[in-house]
Amino acid sequence: MKKIILLCLAAGLVFSGTAIAKGKTLRLALDADPKTLDIHEQLSAGMLQFSHIVFDPLVRWTLDMSFEPRLARRWERIDDKTMRFYLRKGVSFHSGNPFTAKDIVFSVNRLKKSVDFKGLFELFEEPVIIDDHTVDIKTSKPYPLLLNMATYIFPVDSVFYTGKDNKGKAKDNIVKVGYSFAKSTLPSGTGPYRCTYREHGVKMLFERNSDYWDKKSPGNVDKIVLSPIKEEATRVAALLSGDVDVISPVPPQDFKRIERDRKVNLFTVTGTRIITVQMNQKRSKPLRNPLVRQAIVHAVNNDGIVKRLMKGTATLAGQMSPEGYLGHDETLKPRYDLEKAKQLMKQAGYEKGFTANMIAPNNRYVNDEKIAEAFVSMLSKIKIKINLKTMPKAQYWDEFDRQPADFQLIGWHSDTEDSGNFYEYLAMCPDRKTGLGQYNSGNYCNQEVDKLTLESMVETDMQVRAAKLKKIERILYDEAAFIPFHWQNFAYGARKGINVEPILNIMNFPYFGDLVMK
Amino acid sequence: MFAFIVRRIIQAIFVMVIIAGIGFTVQNKLGDPVRDMVGERVSVAEREALRDKLGLNDPFLTQFGRFVRNAVHGDLGISYFHNKPTVDVILSKAPATLELVFGSTVMILVLCFPIGIYTAIKPKTWFSRFVMGSSTIGVAVPVFLTAITLIYIFGVELKWLPSYGRGETVDIWGWDTGLLTADGLLHLILPSISLSSIMLPLYIRLIRSEMMEVLETEYIKFAWAKGLRRYRVWLVHAFKNTLLPVVTVFGVEIGILFAFTLLTETVFQWQGMGFMFLEAVERSDTALLVAYLVVVGVMFVVINTLVDIAYGFINPMVRITGAK
Repeated sequence: MKKIILLCLAAGLVFSGTAIAKGKTLRLALDADPKTLDIHEQLSAGMLQFSHIVFDPLVRWTLDMSFEPRLARRWERIDDKTMRFYLRKGVSFHSGNPFTAKDIVFSVNRLKKSVDFKGLFELFEEPVIIDDHTVDIKTSKPYPLLLNMATYIFPVDSVFYTGKDNKGKAKDNIVKVGYSFAKSTLPSGTGPYRCTYREHGVKMLFERNSDYWDKKSPGNVDKIVLSPIKEEATRVAALLSGDVDVISPVPPQDFKRIERDRKVNLFTVTGTRIITVQMNQKRSKPLRNPLVRQAIVHAVNNDGIVKRLMKGTATLAGQMSPEGYLGHDETLKPRYDLEKAKQLMKQAGYEKGFTANMIAPNNRYVNDEKIAEAFVSMLSKIKIKINLKTMPKAQYWDEFDRQPADFQLIGWHSDTEDSGNFYEYLAMCPDRKTGLGQYNSGNYCNQEVDKLTLESMVETDMQVRAAKLKKIERILYDEAAFIPFHWQNFAYGARKGINVEPILNIMNFPYFGDLVMK
Repeated sequence: MFAFIVRRIIQAIFVMVIIAGIGFTVQNKLGDPVRDMVGERVSVAEREALRDKLGLNDPFLTQFGRFVRNAVHGDLGISYFHNKPTVDVILSKAPATLELVFGSTVMILVLCFPIGIYTAIKPKTWFSRFVMGSSTIGVAVPVFLTAITLIYIFGVELKWLPSYGRGETVDIWGWDTGLLTADGLLHLILPSISLSSIMLPLYIRLIRSEMMEVLETEYIKFAWAKGLRRYRVWLVHAFKNTLLPVVTVFGVEIGILFAFTLLTETVFQWQGMGFMFLEAVERSDTALLVAYLVVVGVMFVVINTLVDIAYGFINPMVRITGAK
């Protein structure tokens, strides 16, 4: 009998529970939900999107690539290695604990312990507290990108995450596999929303933080329901049927459908992830010849790929650095010219072409497999016959490191939103010991590029630095060090009445705290 | 009966060891689980350290031995993605899959018998011809397409039914069920139809042909001669004898039904074991994969055992294999 009563109660709760919701609720569907509740456990776009909802960074990027003060009100350079941050007063965490300079020290130290973040924060030293709301962030070497990195410092609640949990484990442990306090507890941040419920892979609920410090924020959404919908067609159908309000990503093949529908809108924002193919000079003799590489770059009709394959959802690229980056040189244009390509092949002595092989992922980047196929057919026009093998991303990166192919596709997003990161990972001579050129499977190696990249890492004069970065970009262009395709755009679909445009940015971390819903 | 069950248990253990072995062999081909755990920028040395910690660098036999030893104690490892014991993950996803299979089984059972019998008795009516024609198409269309078409018709255009997910669920003693809420039942309709679309045509055809065959037999002719009522001849004398092959096929096909939940669940974002499995493949969550294979192996042995027992009840002439 008792059980039956319980059952009725449970059923009653469910029926009544749905009617309570008041205020504005945003139903958001993304391709995946955050992997963990510990924002320092994994460095990925999904985790950073989550960080911007529940936490606040010290500073954040605006759409035009300048810094906007958030938890840091202002900052000043004390010397080459020190930046002083003046913190916002009267901010408190969701737990009620006040936000102070101690939390900055705690967070930076924790970032330095995290497997995923420690590489980015290698140069950072323990911050020095000046007073409760002033802190000096120091680096071991002069570091021009300190502010860029401050966009990754989302202060976490040091009181909340210190001590032992009821299992006797330290609360600040960062654990990749298995239990940790931080990943299994609803987080305490300073952000516009509190996370109130989470069922991993199914649903996540966020409620507006009524004590949010940013009173000027126009955001009027009271509640966010985040559901992951992995299948592209289902995600689009959920938006069109009105089951959800905002979706992302939107697959290129559905752009037209969403634009045609009068009840929904499509929003796109330029991204900074460059899609490239690297030419392995160690494996292939012809690819060692700059003329052949030039010929290949001239044979690739990346404009056609952007228009036909990507349906205009990408920005045509002729170099690594997108617009807004210091290394971007607008005179470096895409080079498609088939006649010239044939001529260059002739000049190089490869009129009759050669055979090569290629690997590419098939579920990592938008249309990656199709891009690789298009590339193969384009090169067949200059008589280079390519044997293509594609594979899922779970297998791809180990293969990529083994370098079994002459051509390897890779997309790269600069974590620092700075050109230097591109060169450091993709263009410098590969060196196992230092980790430089880690993803340069083309084995392109130029001492001058190496020298300039290393110099730019410690150059704090932004003008001198920009000149150096631009110089590198030009060398890579002239030597055809790699084949640029495009920068991937980000796409959002939203129902009428929700304008997501003001909250989008090139990093694809929408600032949902500022979203206005009609 | 007892000997039969003991034999089945031994068989089950044997099956599971083989499945686990196969699972372990293929997991290395699926990619490196550590890659999905860390960002793309993490250095080779850091990744190696993590692999060492997880025991992924040990020789094959050491890993397999450790797995079997833990499995005997009921521990099938920790999922790399869900950060929980794999058995817990699978059990938490099982209700969704079982309810989906249940929903489509009900749909199949409710529809296949009347339609199958009708088309056998009245093969020349337009309805029978229509059913036979469309069932060929039904078998040929992939479930993925059926599901997407249903979503677009009933979700996007007509807006009668929700397009994804399970809707409201209630937790009844650890069983997360959608069968008790109106919302949950609405969410169940489209996935169930999609999943049953694979089997329903098959069953209708099977029942129809069996029934037609039985109707030609001597004892049915005798029943007509006795002057029995039509419905008694059709439903009692003829129908009962068409059941045996149907049950045989059902035992095998329910396995296929589970296999097709993989696709159906992915299209509908239905949070069940099939969805979990495909995601685990994509994320090379090998611990979860192997555990899933073992659990599903157990389930199949159990289902087949039950089917074999059911056999004996329907037709006493068939003796349970192994029973003396």
